[in-house]
Amino acid sequence: MLCPFPSWWLKTAVHPARNCPWVQKILRERFCRHCASGKLFGMKQQYRHLLELLKRTTVHGESNSALIIGPRGSGKTALLNHVLKDLREMKQVSENLLEVHLNGLLQTNDKVALKEITRQLQLENVVGDKVFGSFAENLAFLLEALKRGNRTSSCPILFVLDEFDLFVHHKNQTLLYNLFDISQSAQTPVTVIGLTCRQDILELLEKRVKSRFSHRQIYLMNSFDFKQYIKIFKKQLSLPAEFPDESFAQKWNNNVQHLSEDKTVQDVLQNLFQHTKDLRSLHLLLMLAGSAVTVHHPLLTAADLQEASRQRSTDSKANIVHGLSVLEICLIIAMKHLNEVYDGEPFNFQMVYNEFQKFIQRKAHSMYNFEKPVVMKAFEHLLQLELVKPLERPSVRAQREYLLMKLLLDSSQIMDALQVYPNCPTDVKQWAASSLSWL
Amino acid sequence: MVLPLHLGEELPIITLNKEQTFYVKQSWDGKCFKILSPDTFSKLKEANKQRGVITNSSKAFIPSDVLTPLKKETKNVVQSATKPKNVDMEIESRHSTSKSSLAKERHSQRVANNDIKTPTARKKLELNSPTRSKGRLLGCEVLGLLDDDCDAVAPLETSATKRKVKFTSGILGSPPKIPCSNKSKSASETAGECQRFSDALRLSPYTKVRDFSEKDKNLHEKDDILSLAGDQKLSSQSPVLTPRSRRTCVQKTSALIAEQISILDQEDFLSGSDSSYSASSEEEEDDDLPCTPEKKTKSSRIFSTPKSSRKSTVHTPAKTPKKTPSQGTPRTPRNATPEIPRRIQAAQEPASVLEEARLRLHVSAIPESLPCREEEFQDIYNFVESKLIDGTGGCMYISGVPGTGKTATVHEVIRCLQQAAENDELPPFQFVEINGMKLTDPHQAYVQILEFLTGQKVTAAHAAVLLAKLFSTPGPKRNTTVLIVDELDLLWTRKQNVMYNLFDWPTQKHSKLIILAIANTMDLPERIMMNRVASRLGLTRMSFQPYTYKQLQQIISSRLKGVKAFEEDAVQLVSRKVAALSGDARRCLDICRRATEICEFAAQKKTPETVRMVHVTEAIDEMFSSPYVNAIRNASLHEQLFLKAVLAEFRRAGVEEATVQQVWGFFVTDTSDLDHKVVLLFIACMLRHAISCFVTVSIKEKLKLSGNSPRRKLKVDSYLCITVFLRRGRFVTGGFGFF
Repeated sequence: MLCPFPSWWLKTAVHPARNCPWVQKILRERFCRHCASGKLFGMKQQYRHLLELLKRTTVHGESNSALIIGPRGSGKTALLNHVLKDLREMKQVSENLLEVHLNGLLQTNDKVALKEITRQLQLENVVGDKVFGSFAENLAFLLEALKRGNRTSSCPILFVLDEFDLFVHHKNQTLLYNLFDISQSAQTPVTVIGLTCRQDILELLEKRVKSRFSHRQIYLMNSFDFKQYIKIFKKQLSLPAEFPDESFAQKWNNNVQHLSEDKTVQDVLQNLFQHTKDLRSLHLLLMLAGSAVTVHHPLLTAADLQEASRQRSTDSKANIVHGLSVLEICLIIAMKHLNEVYDGEPFNFQMVYNEFQKFIQRKAHSMYNFEKPVVMKAFEHLLQLELVKPLERPSVRAQREYLLMKLLLDSSQIMDALQVYPNCPTDVKQWAASSLSWL
Repeated sequence: MVLPLHLGEELPIITLNKEQTFYVKQSWDGKCFKILSPDTFSKLKEANKQRGVITNSSKAFIPSDVLTPLKKETKNVVQSATKPKNVDMEIESRHSTSKSSLAKERHSQRVANNDIKTPTARKKLELNSPTRSKGRLLGCEVLGLLDDDCDAVAPLETSATKRKVKFTSGILGSPPKIPCSNKSKSASETAGECQRFSDALRLSPYTKVRDFSEKDKNLHEKDDILSLAGDQKLSSQSPVLTPRSRRTCVQKTSALIAEQISILDQEDFLSGSDSSYSASSEEEEDDDLPCTPEKKTKSSRIFSTPKSSRKSTVHTPAKTPKKTPSQGTPRTPRNATPEIPRRIQAAQEPASVLEEARLRLHVSAIPESLPCREEEFQDIYNFVESKLIDGTGGCMYISGVPGTGKTATVHEVIRCLQQAAENDELPPFQFVEINGMKLTDPHQAYVQILEFLTGQKVTAAHAAVLLAKLFSTPGPKRNTTVLIVDELDLLWTRKQNVMYNLFDWPTQKHSKLIILAIANTMDLPERIMMNRVASRLGLTRMSFQPYTYKQLQQIISSRLKGVKAFEEDAVQLVSRKVAALSGDARRCLDICRRATEICEFAAQKKTPETVRMVHVTEAIDEMFSSPYVNAIRNASLHEQLFLKAVLAEFRRAGVEEATVQQVWGFFVTDTSDLDHKVVLLFIACMLRHAISCFVTVSIKEKLKLSGNSPRRKLKVDSYLCITVFLRRGRFVTGGFGFF
């Protein structure tokens, strides 16, 4: 890893106030950029397998195909980047490998993908403007180009297909068929690496495509336990040795060590670990906690982590409820009661309005009896906030009052929101607690 | 009588005095045209009169200037004509030429009555490697003797040879075709040289010819001996099936030719141009090979295109690329064919036994032979051969599951047929291949076929019209076209007009089109084709059965011949496993390849060891093991609980569909510390993407508002509907034990 500190920094006197921005910079780079400089955890074997595979491609000109499969955030791209970085540093490999990177989210069909391949292989120079003709021409052109090569003389090509599962949906899987076919025939040596999170990816491949795929699968499983998770936490948070202010780095690292042994921190981590083993979630948590570091608050505390954990798992819907007017809250309560009475059946505005009228007439002391159009307006606001969702598309013919709706809030969420709602009238609260309270 | 013709001159059909006349219309030396002076004619006539040997031939043929599209070199076709007896025989190559006429007419006299083994019978023995001549040694000796003779003449020939070198470099890109196949063993070697001689003959002024005639007498004795030996051996051959009376060669002329060639070769060799066929080096190659007791074929140089001969790799079995000459020649220059940049450092050659084995086990490695497909090979070969000989058209449908060697076998057949055509055992043909998977649209098939045939590049609709015209109009000079349609099912269109046209053309009288259609499903014609299409496809069908374990074992061991990298049991285990699952040869080879890697990995650069059962088992496990169980084990606690809750809900409701709301109820009772349903939804989404499919948790919105795209933005709300298609067996082994 390159030293991120400029030389002038190292020369100037160390000032405690300067540490904070650098700590933040280091941590942010580590968490946000999924660059190759990051560390790999628990995938030594996979690393070696992939490295050997790509090395053989470049050194011997052997064609191959492989899939890297693992859930989101399990480090597939990180693994590949690592391998590629190490590969490029090897003497016999550098300059001897052409890379083509495709992403299923960007190359949404074969036509776009082919153009991208041609562009990345820099083949367009060869024929001038003729390349970007029709799709059929492009395909024939590329296949011809790849057919010309042979194992010993042509430069090997590495195809990286990110979001591999999306390529499966392309028409006839033409691109995959052709790539795999080339990798299985004596043409230009190619290696096709697919990255996907679908475990059932092989079942999605067409049988001819499947037969041509070499069935090399590299699984990344996040198979670490909680102890290793804590270790990863420590490694991700500690400062590197080359940090300019050594004493501060020492202090920081000691603090991290302390944190990892702290009971509350362990609880926070345990909670997260049980939710998901995804390392990205951990990064997000640490990122939130790390932003609490300031000049006056130079070290992380357990409270920071707790706060970050709370933020991470806040319910956005409940937050929206906080900002609603009393009338809107009343409507939501009416819907909640309807849900309870009719066991989750959909309702329409008229039903909600009737429920609201009942409340106004019998119980409400503090509420003003709004006119129907006003209530309708409030209801539409809820619709816009997507707290309520129509079951069918609003058509011209159907009256808006009778459109069937569903409430997207849970009763527990509503009650929680009411608890913290500022200046909520008492009678509304009582009504929310029980629909029968007016009796 | 040899009459050179100017390039522009028409070929006179009338033969003079019923004598054999030999028109040489050749002035193309690869770069410019060399026009022979008129007085050479008279001199040539004199020379021929002196020789007088060839004039008494009654055999004749007309190698017509056949349309060879995509070839720029077709200009230098030499046409020779004598009697229109064998008019229907067409010889495609520009090399055909003088040699063939000289050689054949002579040889036909001698060998006409000899029995000749059929090409099919011979082919059956070995698919790939050309059979070697028993009389090879004899031939070499002859050459050696001849070399002595020609030393004296060498200085005279220098001018001619230089031109010759030029010429050969001009025709780089397509292998020489030798329509004349010499049946006599002893002369096979020299016959091989015919073509070089013919080149020289065409290019050099007649003085050389006169030299030959003078030398005739000297050589006469030797030739007699040779021909005697040849005749004796030939008499023991099986009867003729194909018309090959024209396939003859005069020993004497060929000896002369050889003599010339040996000189030319020296020139070639010195010139160092690797594109010219340096016969001497190739002969060395030939001599290294053991002489098989089988009947001779041509020496290997015929098969080796310049490309393969240039190859320095000795490890890959020498084989011609699958491309036909017509493909191999630079295609229309309309856009320069792109090329992947060359590698900077040379590819490393395998160092260890395991690496060598891995190279050979790669699916792309071309085996020396295709074991276990001899019957299928024979059937296809016979089918195409008979159609070729009859000059008619036909369809054959080939089916079989992936990885059973359909395409490989068909390519092998084509390769053998091309060899036979080069050896002049069969009429020449054009070979076109299209692959449904490599087309962007079924109608593009027309465009590709037309481009292969004529080099034109037009739109699909226009191409269809042109092709229909091409195949429906009678063209006696047109060669038969062999068309391979791979992945036929992808040419399906709503109206099926592509398939209809493809199968309709061969039924037309003048089409001369043979179609080999390949697909995966056995009942494709019945399933997806309309009646009128299926009926045109006909009933000539063949299905490739999946390989049995014994066959797979044979395939592996044939590839590993001479490399001791695998234990016998290990190979058997792999073959049995694969045969039980799919019978896919590709899978089998991939597993073996992976096993060598594992073995290498385990050996840790110690003594190279052989691949044992352990390694193979590991490779098999890696490829076939289901990832689901492992994925569940490594899922986070809440993900596991979520699945459990979903299942519990399913059991309660009896319907394999549940909303998050319903699952939530189970979830809350199970875990105390889950604070928000949002988290649950988050988990559900993670599962959908990540583990998603080991239990196929597909979450679909019950409120279907958005389209059905595979990964549309998922609205996270409580009314998501979770469907879990669960395979119970898997789940139980997953270790939950709640069933």
